[in-house]
This record gives sequence, C-alpha cells and structure tokens, in this order.
Amino acid sequence: MLSKRIIPCLDVRDGKLTKGIRFKGNVDIGDPVEMAVFYYEEGADEIVFYDITASSEKRGIMIETVERVAEKIFIPFSVGGGIRTVEDMRRVLLAGAEKVSINSAAIRDPSLIAKGAEAFGSQAVVLGMDVKRVPPSQEIPTGYEMVIDGGRTNMGMDALAWAKQAESLGAGEICLNSIDADGTQEGYELALNKLIAGNVDIPVIASGGAGKPEHLLEVLNEGLADAALIASITHYGAHTIRGLKSFLHHRGLKVRMTW
Amino acid sequence: MIAIIDYEAGNLTSVQRALTFLGQKSQITGDHTAVLHADRIIFPGVGAAGKAMFNLKSRKLDQALLKAYQDGKPILGICLGTQIIMEWSEENNTPCMGLIKGKVRRFPENVSDMDGRKLKVPHMGWNGIALKREHPLFREIDPSSEFYFVHSYYPAPADPHAVLGETHYGRRFASVLASKNLVAVQFHLEKSGRPGLKILSNFCRWEGQEDVE
Repeated sequence: MLSKRIIPCLDVRDGKLTKGIRFKGNVDIGDPVEMAVFYYEEGADEIVFYDITASSEKRGIMIETVERVAEKIFIPFSVGGGIRTVEDMRRVLLAGAEKVSINSAAIRDPSLIAKGAEAFGSQAVVLGMDVKRVPPSQEIPTGYEMVIDGGRTNMGMDALAWAKQAESLGAGEICLNSIDADGTQEGYELALNKLIAGNVDIPVIASGGAGKPEHLLEVLNEGLADAALIASITHYGAHTIRGLKSFLHHRGLKVRMTW
Repeated sequence: MIAIIDYEAGNLTSVQRALTFLGQKSQITGDHTAVLHADRIIFPGVGAAGKAMFNLKSRKLDQALLKAYQDGKPILGICLGTQIIMEWSEENNTPCMGLIKGKVRRFPENVSDMDGRKLKVPHMGWNGIALKREHPLFREIDPSSEFYFVHSYYPAPADPHAVLGETHYGRRFASVLASKNLVAVQFHLEKSGRPGLKILSNFCRWEGQEDVE
C-alpha cells in the first residue's frame, strides 16, 4: 500500500528563496539548495519548487538551481512556474527534476499537457490548479472556478471539468491549490479536495491552508488527497516533517517513517 | 568502470548523479563493446517495452547483456530494465530478453485496496518491500525502508526463487528479482533517498555472488 506523501513547497525568485525561512535558531536560509537538502534529510517524500522569477533573462538561474539540487537530493522533485513550452519542460527534466508542473500555460493551451505526456510520460506532467470558490452557476456548476494570476483573473472554467479534461489529456497528477485557503493556515479546503480526488483517477496533492498537523490528517483522510503540500507550517519552525509524519503515523495513516 | 546502458529509454542522468554522489565513476553508453568491457552494468530505463526492445536489438545491446550475464558480471536492472529481462511483456505484446523466465503483466484497472478505495494505475509513490531472503545488495537496509515506484507493469517470474522481494499494491507483486549475478528492482533506487543509495553502493562493491558472507 502506498504511503501518503508530505511535500514541502519552496518559492524561488532569481535563485533565492522568497520567504525568509527560519529554523535552527532563527537563521535565515536563502539558498534553495541548502533548504532542499535540509528537507530531504528530514524525511520529505518529494519537494516542489515554485519559480516566481518575473524576468525571462533570469530564468536560466532556475535551471542552475535545479542542477545543483539534483546533485544533492535523491528523492523526486518537481519544478513549476513559468513553464510554457515542451522545450521549457525538457530543460527542467534534463537538469534533474522528476516532474514539471504546468498551470496557466495549460489553461491557455491544453494541448501542452498532451505534448508533455507524449514526450516525457504522464508521470512527469503535473497539472497545477488554482481554484476559487464562487456561487454555483451554469458555467461553474461545482462552485469552484479556475483562476490565474494568484487569483486575480477568473477563467470562467469549472475546476472539476478542467481536472477531468487534463486527466484525459495525459496529466499524471494534480496539485490542487485553494486560493481561499492559501496562506490562512486554517486548514485545507476539504470539500474541494474531496470533489476533485473523488472524481479523477490520478493522484491529487492538496495545497493551501496547512497550519497544524490535524489539517494534514483531515485532507489525507476525508479530503481523499494522496499527498499534502506544506509551506509555512514547517518553514518557520513551528513543526518539523518528522513531527508531522509521526503525528499521522500514530493516527493510523500510512506514511514513510524510515529514511 | 560502471556502464549505464543507454537505449533511449528516458533520462539516465539521475542514475549517474547518484553514482557520482557515491564517488563512483560511470559511463552512459549505447555501445555494446563498451558494455562488454565494463566491470559492472546498470540497466535502467523508463518508457514502453516495444520501443525499448527495438532499440536494444538494433544496437546489439541485448547480446552484450546476455554475454555479461553468462560471464557472471554484476548487473543491476532498474524499472523498465527489470521488465525487459523477462521473457515477454504484455506491454505492446513484446518478446523480451528472457534472462529470467516469466512474463510482465499490467496492474488491472478497477482494483480496490483494503479500505475500498480504487487503486490508481500507475502505482506511483513510496511503498515497502518484504524480502524473502538475505542478499548482499540489501545488507544494512532497514526492513521498514520504503522505495519510490512509478510503473503500470510488473514482472511475474515463473520461478519463485527469482523473487527476492515483494510489494503489495492491491496484490502482491515481485518488486525485486535476483538470479545469480543479476539483481533487478522495479522501484527507482536513484530516487529513493538513503536506502536506495545504500543498495546502489552495495552494488558497486558486489562481485556477483548471491551468498551473504
């Protein structure tokens, strides 16, 4: 039986971590490679890098970062943010990432999912979804709408319909982020996770809202998620991955406890 | 020198990076004479069986592998490499190399796990293995270790002695095969953290005997 995965997410801009991550006596760690090694040794099952570099000239820095990470950690990791073409995907995968995550580029051109899956296999293509709660309508029957630009732009697409379309195009996994829950630390959006994970046959990574260990337990049980993305809950030293896993393990969830 | 066999089946650099991390020299090569001259051989790969067998044959790498196996050279199969060494694969109805007797089967759709939830195919993520006997490659591996899997097909050896380890995913399947100087793992040991690296480092020192000293 598969273990539920715990996946820390690191936001990177111009080759540096964006949030001053503090641990070990409030020392700021700005190097994504050093932080990845720290989480690798702490028992992360996978790591997600999200590149928020704005200028295209500085994109090459992310590839160098990916190469340095790949030399030091030996678990799967994915890279998202700014990936628009099959060639972008190829560069990231050749640099050593196991998976690429595509989000708004896939909404603009859904064939990118199929092209990526054809070239690298479905297991390498993660669909990132940013979702916002709206009143249900004919266009958005589930009341969950796809958004881009950090939630500023509504796309007029129903989240469940998009998830199913992406699955049929060959996406291997979905990273499901609730814009409403993101940053609140008040818990994952359970109904959204249940809706998507219960209706697709590819794994779903729950994202947005983790603030305490119980939130992970909820989303991995009731929320039907296969994995939980975490950020602030461990970045600022309130919890450790080992501690979170131990909590889940003692409540009967199968998680990887030996590394 | 360790030869990593290149037959255009996925990105092989992650295996090489893991070897480099362990301080081991290796060469990614699709040249059958280079494979014949190597001290040890790693046979990785992801992708479809049909195309993989075609590429192996067109480069005479199937013959080089068979020769190395008969000569007693240590060989390590990973993922697709573990399937290609069987006799036949359900994937594209492909006749394979036959180093180990038996077939490669696909996980059935619509199988539920013990908690009633439908199992997803591919089997992707971390799972354990139950070893059926000791083996030098698994020396100092904690039995509760888990490994990273990504696959829709699995090997089903005819001879139960060829099964070194089993994993449960809706059913028990052979996740580690061992026969003389050959060990083959269905999981990605280059992506399985410390336990994976430990198996790889054990392989780098292994002389191809099955006995545990």
